Amino acid sequence: MLCELCKQVQATVHLTEIVNDQMTELHLCEGCANQKGAQVESHFGLADLLSGLADFSKPSETEEVSTKSCPTCGMTYEDFRKVGRLGCAACYQTFKRSLGSLLKRIHGSPIHLGKSPTRLVKPAKAKSELAELKRRLGRAIEKEEFEEAARLRDLIRKMEQEQQKPKKAS
Amino acid sequence: MAKELDQLLKQTSEWLRGVGPMSDIVMSSRIRLARNLESFPFATRANKSSQAGVLQAVKEALLHCEALKQPLIFEMASLDEVDRQFLVERHLVSREQIVHTDHKAVAIGLGEVISIMINEEDHLRIQVMQSGLNLEDAWGLIDALDDELSELLPYAYSSDWGYLTCCPTNTGTGLRGSVMAHLPALVITKQISKVLHTITKLGLTARGLFGEGTEASGNFFQISNQVSMGRSEDEIIESIDRILKEVIHQEQAAREALMTNNRAQLEDRIWRAFGILRYAKTMSSTEALDLFSAVRLGVDLKIMNGLDRSIVNELFLFSQPAHLQKLEAKSLSAKDRDLTRAQLIRQRLGGKS
Repeated sequence: MLCELCKQVQATVHLTEIVNDQMTELHLCEGCANQKGAQVESHFGLADLLSGLADFSKPSETEEVSTKSCPTCGMTYEDFRKVGRLGCAACYQTFKRSLGSLLKRIHGSPIHLGKSPTRLVKPAKAKSELAELKRRLGRAIEKEEFEEAARLRDLIRKMEQEQQKPKKAS
Repeated sequence: MAKELDQLLKQTSEWLRGVGPMSDIVMSSRIRLARNLESFPFATRANKSSQAGVLQAVKEALLHCEALKQPLIFEMASLDEVDRQFLVERHLVSREQIVHTDHKAVAIGLGEVISIMINEEDHLRIQVMQSGLNLEDAWGLIDALDDELSELLPYAYSSDWGYLTCCPTNTGTGLRGSVMAHLPALVITKQISKVLHTITKLGLTARGLFGEGTEASGNFFQISNQVSMGRSEDEIIESIDRILKEVIHQEQAAREALMTNNRAQLEDRIWRAFGILRYAKTMSSTEALDLFSAVRLGVDLKIMNGLDRSIVNELFLFSQPAHLQKLEAKSLSAKDRDLTRAQLIRQRLGGKS
């Protein structure tokens, strides 16, 4: 069988492609396959994906993106866009706004609903109530019910502050 | 080669025990948690002294950890190339962990159920393995271990975003649950791309045998969650479990269809694979994986009686390059490995040596 692209060289690479639920099989020679492979990879590189996603949020946060660098580790948002990795825990605070929209795009929701480190946890009941509130907050944001979201956010803040107080005293 | 590592050579990894729920299709279940220490820079901005600090702090914490009693701790820099590769083959460390080995280490618990990579992409990558489809028990173990470690080590955590990780794709729970499934019938019946495509739409992703960036060989697929935030750990695990059960169901249906409609061809394929394994004089690891896949299917479908799944699993592990070299206690060229591998398989399957 000859390569389906150049129709000159024997096909040695057999690819299955899925585009819009349609499956097609491609029979290619090594040269054409490498080119094709390069195209495929360039679509899916993680750094590309991240910077591509971050582009969406760029206009509204120009200031944060262009001027700030993390006071703890010195990383700039530009550095982050290049490597797709953050420099330290404080970066999350430094680039809070840009990261918020990025996290939402990656995960579908920018709100943590999982466990917390034991040292921060109060009785299990408070924990599950808090998780439920956060869940409702997530839904409110999704539905763009911002007044409800603001109310829930304040409630959550209050609860979290209460949870952390006894820890500091001890 | 490190003496303590040789202890591992004598035991079977947790993920190869060949028992547990759905073990005819699911080899193992694994959960990993990505955790970082608050006061140290992440890997991207780390320097030698900060990495040494992380290693020191984690080692210190492990001395007081009840859930992981007296782990074996190996520093990557003190191991030779074969020993490092040996740990990768046993799924105790990632492939990333064995490049740039300074201040990188792994702590391994009893029976290789728990392992903790130190100074990987995140300061800690905690993992728990279970045989068969058993994410629930894996979660129970890792949750308790993580709770304990969180009291000993100040984790980087925010109440909005959860556990803060080096890569934003892990932020939140830092959890990745993976199930290693053997799906030969879906591959033979050419349904596999459709199935993998569907699970991608459902928020899961499929990789090869050794994780990120590896090819699916021997019809083994590692299926795991893509997203780590916006859902609780229980919800993530429950969804992997539910979708996996559907994939297993599809594989079972494909196996039944093959047995009903193409039994002769299927049996032929399986016995030919067994014949080659039993008599071949040279065998690459890729060829071995494909043949093991066929023989394993033969065992699972009771076409091959008298051969235990655990023997196939054991061969599967011991015919990997570093395991072969550890068995022979010397380094071997690729060509010599192919000879040694064929010999080991012949002996174990009762053919002529």
